[in-house]
Order: sequence, then C-alpha cells, then structure tokens
Amino acid sequence: MPPASSRIVLAKLGLDGHDRGIKVVARMLRDAGMEVIYLGLRQTTDSIVAAVEQEDADAIGLSMHNAGHLTLGPAMLAALDEAGLDVPVIIGGIVPDDDRPILDDAGVAAVLGPGASAEEVVTTVRAAIDFASAGGDETA
Amino acid sequence: MSDRSDEWRADYDEARLRDVPFETMSGVPLDAVHGDAPYPGQYPFTRGLHAAGYRSRLWTMRMFAGFGTAEDTNARFKELLRAGGTGLSTAFDMPTLMGRDSDSPWALGEVGRAGVAVDTLADMEDLFADIDLGGVSTSMTINGPAATLMAMYVAVGEKAGVARADLAGTIQNDILKEYQAQKEYIYPPRPSMRIVTDMVKFTTAEMPKWHPVSISGYHIREAGSTAAQELAFTLANGFAYVEAAIAAGEDINEFGRRLSFFFNSHSDFFEEIGKFRAARRIWARWMKERYGATDERAMMCRFHTQTAGVSLTAQQPEINIARVATQVLAAALGGTQSLHSDSFDEALALPTDKAARIALRTQQLVAHETGVVNVVDPLGGAPFVEWMTDEMERQVEEIFAHLDELGDGSILEGVYAGIDNGYFVGAIADSAYRFEREVNAGRRIIVGVNEFTGGDEETEPNLLRIDHATEEYQRKRLEAVKHDRSQEAVDTTLAAITVAAQDPTVNVMPPIIDAVKAYATEEEIAMAMESVFGTYVETAIV
Repeated sequence: MPPASSRIVLAKLGLDGHDRGIKVVARMLRDAGMEVIYLGLRQTTDSIVAAVEQEDADAIGLSMHNAGHLTLGPAMLAALDEAGLDVPVIIGGIVPDDDRPILDDAGVAAVLGPGASAEEVVTTVRAAIDFASAGGDETA
Repeated sequence: MSDRSDEWRADYDEARLRDVPFETMSGVPLDAVHGDAPYPGQYPFTRGLHAAGYRSRLWTMRMFAGFGTAEDTNARFKELLRAGGTGLSTAFDMPTLMGRDSDSPWALGEVGRAGVAVDTLADMEDLFADIDLGGVSTSMTINGPAATLMAMYVAVGEKAGVARADLAGTIQNDILKEYQAQKEYIYPPRPSMRIVTDMVKFTTAEMPKWHPVSISGYHIREAGSTAAQELAFTLANGFAYVEAAIAAGEDINEFGRRLSFFFNSHSDFFEEIGKFRAARRIWARWMKERYGATDERAMMCRFHTQTAGVSLTAQQPEINIARVATQVLAAALGGTQSLHSDSFDEALALPTDKAARIALRTQQLVAHETGVVNVVDPLGGAPFVEWMTDEMERQVEEIFAHLDELGDGSILEGVYAGIDNGYFVGAIADSAYRFEREVNAGRRIIVGVNEFTGGDEETEPNLLRIDHATEEYQRKRLEAVKHDRSQEAVDTTLAAITVAAQDPTVNVMPPIIDAVKAYATEEEIAMAMESVFGTYVETAIV
C-alpha cells in the first residue's frame, strides 16, 4: 500500500484545452485521499518536470484529447529521464487501442480511456505508484 | 378566428413551400400548425421563427470537417457537397485555433490532427479551391484568432471574384465562452471583446450576409454544464456582446439580426426540446424589453445545433448511431436552423468518411422519413413540453439575476466578473463531477458503459489516422510561403495592425485584411496584437 498521502501532478500538456476529464479525475483522486496538484492548461514538459521536483510527486497524470499522445507522451518521458526523475506517467483521454502498445513500449505506466470509473482511475494510479516505488522499472 | 391566427395564416400563405405532400405516410393530410397562439413565426417565437417552419425550408445539414492539410479537407468538403450537404463547416487544428503557426514549438504533435492547419492565406486558398464561395455558406469554428481567419476568407473570395458583400457564413468568434469552457483564448477578456466588437462593426457595414458571432453553448455543455447552465451562460454571453455593441454606437436592429447561436443536443429528449424552445422565447423577450430592439428580426434566436460529442461512448461505438439519431430528432423537434450530427467513432478518433456519411444520412432520415417536419412545432401545447420550456426559462432567469447582480446592473460586467472570480468554470466543473458520480454509482445508466456491457467487440472500427507526414508537409509549405512573399510588405502591414490595436477608435479588420493579403502568418498577426493586448493565463482550479 502506498501512503494515503500519495501526491500526483495533473496537467494538460500542450495546446489542447479539453479539461473536463482531468478536472473530474482530479476530484476522484482527491476524494480517494490523494494529494492532487493540478497545474492547469498549456503546460510544457519543463513546467511539469519543475512541478514534480518541487512537489516531490509520486506520479504524473496527463490528459490528451487531440491525438497528440504519440508525440507528447514520449516527449514527457524523455524530459523526466533527462532530469533523472523516475516517476510513473499515466495518460488519460482519447487514445485508440492500437496506440496503447506504442505508449507501453515508450514507458507510459498506464492509459485510461473514456468511460473509466472512479474505482478504475484510483486503482490504476495506485498500482502505477506501487509498481514504481517497488523499483518496477528495474525489474520489469 | 383570432387576429393572431389570421396573421399566422397570412405569413404562412406568403411562404414558399417545399414541393412535397404534407400528409402522413398513410395519406392523411396534415394542418401546418396545431394548438394555440402565439403561433410559429410570432413573438416571442417559442414555437419557431417562421410561420411555415420546415415546410418551407429544412434545416441546413452542416457537417463539421477538417483534418490534415488544406487539400485533404478540401476533398472532404467536396465529398460532403456531393453527398447532399448544404453548407460547409470548418474545423481547425489546435495550433490554428490558438493563433500559432505550424512551425511553433507549441505545435509539436498537433499539426493537422484535430482539424485543418492554416498558417497563411495560401492554405486558405487550397482549403476552398474549386468551391464557389458565392454559392455556399461557410461556417468557421474559430475564436481567439477569428479576425485573421475572417480576413483570409474575404481575401480568398476577392481573389476568386466574389465580393465580400456576397460572402455568406458564420464565424464562431464567441470569445467569452472560451474563458468559461473551451479555453482557446489568446488575449485577456476586455481586449478580446474589442476585437469582437470591431468584427461586428465591420460585418454590419460591409458583409450583410455574414454572422459575425455564433454565441455558443455547445462547448459549455460539453465541458459538463447542465442544460439550463448551457442556455443561461450562452444567452448571457449574447447579452454581453449586445451591450458591448450598443456601447460602441451600433444599432441593435442592425447587428441584432446577424447574431446567431450554437447549442448542444444531448440525450435527455424533452429537456433538450424545452431548452431550444425556451432559448427563442428568452432571447426575444430580453432583446425587446431590456435592450429595446424594435425589429422582430433582431429578436430572433437563430441557432445551429450539434449532437453531444461527450455522450458518445468508446464502448460498443456502433450504438452511438442510435444515440445520435435521438439527438437529431430532439434538435428537429426543437426547431434548429442547422445541424451537425456526430459520427459514431468520435470517442475513438476523428471520423472516417464512412462514419461521417452515416451521420449525415441520419439527419436525412429524420428529415425525409419520420414526418416530423410536416407540422410546425409539432409538440407545442403538450403540457409536459410547455412545462419543461417554462422550467428552463425559470432556471435561466435565476442565473441571469445572479449575473446582473455581479455586474451591478450590467450583464457584460457580470460576465467579466464571473470569469474573473471563477464562477463559470466552478459551476461547470461541479455539474460535470455530479454527473460522473451518478454514473459511477450506477444511478445513471449509460448503455454499454455501466450497464448492458456484454457483446463489446474486441476490434475497433477502422479509424482515421493523421500521419506525421502532414506535420512535415505543412512546415515545408509554410517555409516556402515565407520564402516567396515580400518581407517588406509583411513588416509594414503588421506594424499597421499594432498601431490600430493601440487606438480603440480604429477598427482592426482593415489592417488585418492587408496583412493576410501580404501572406503574413496567423501567428505573426496574433503577435502584432499581443504586443498591445497581452496574454491570458487561467488560474488553475479544480
């Protein structure tokens, strides 16, 4: 079990302004006892890395509705890598099934699609944090 | 016979009716209207704007399209026109919507993905190549950089020999809802309102067939609002534009005729129909009683409708076809002027040609097979429908009272205040979360998502893919356009825009038209104004 006070940074990376989903997810996670730091719209990989460092976050949640995930997902992971941060990245939004293996291979911890329930969201985020804190990346 | 009935009859007799039998499938002849006054075409227009309703003219089946390069979208436009579509509707990609060029670092991964990429007039020329701009009406969904895109459309028309006065269409240009819901803004609210007002003035003077603002509740609803919030926020934004235009010295009877609206048609059938009917009534009353319009045409709430994208499910996507059909029917029974029906695959990706065609066919089916178009406002007078309409109006008036108070007697100031203090985004997020919790708790059933989940197929339908080549192609194209243009002409025209922006008494439209003709890019024009107006950054609240 991760500590109840797991901290997650949520952000909209890039220009996409669809923020209904991420705000709902923010409240779901908050209601489940997590500490949510929502950075808002038009974030860059740099601004997200800075927030993760400053807040000592356990996970990052990105929301994408404009088909930018194949470019922006890997860009986020590269930026974390460069900063020496080992924090799981979860992507939510509209991601076609065919793209999921590509994101998996790129190192995205999990993908949450439309219609995911609160339970699914919370369980997925917790599992990603557990996996990472158990040193998942080295043993996977 | 009452006077109102005689008046309705006179108006009806004047209308040119479609050449089809107005009878049931079994041959029973039908009266055009049933029930009591006020009749369709009569103030406050609850029952519709025109005496003969869809008997004289069906709604415009306007399918929103845009992806990849301008040539790709041009081909889709031609396909939709061939398939019987009657109006064009343009979706732009994210960088274009945000005033950024395809070579901006912000554009990475977004070029041509969720709409067509337009950087310069050259792209706009490709987008409308071989389409007679004098013979179609075009809708452009763009807000922050709307003035630049409208200028490009004017320039394309003039190059093809179509005068700006003959261009018909609508530009969304509803900047207020951007701060409330869609979040595609560039400048802060007040300078943005100045640009909108300049566009209202410009079109009133020079483009009589153009709708300079499409006041849009669609995005407010998609962001999670209730039906009443959608209606209230949208009409309040409309009043804000009216107040701004009146303050700028414009005649409400002139510009009021060319305002149009854009609503969502969601899944709760009667709530939506009540919303559409209430929209017309409330707008007419306020335009007449509060703002003093005297020309009835300036009191008419004309609206476009789109079915609810957010209602589409990724699970068992084919059943979205049925979802969309009921939403199309609600829009028709609510008396919409034009309609876009969503494609069943939109919760997965941008629509394929086939999915877009099925969506258009759904509208054609409702229009030509169901018979609901034979009688004007066929549900008018039904006790529940009238109650729902009244209930919508009651809830909306409550919200207006709040905004009026926030703005100290001005809806415009109330809307600014509600943007500044987070009222709109907070109310919308609360409603979205309430709905989500109800679905989660199983109190609300979404077929295929939290009930009736069996039979979901393993494979996804064929999806439209935009490849990376688009981004590469578009960047090269932009580079080539920049290489071929006169930099001196670009610099001079951009400087003129900055000068115009500094003086609130000067209209920004003419210098923007000059700049697009010199092939200045969208981002260069945005920056020329940003240097005066500044940028807007939303406070992130959950």
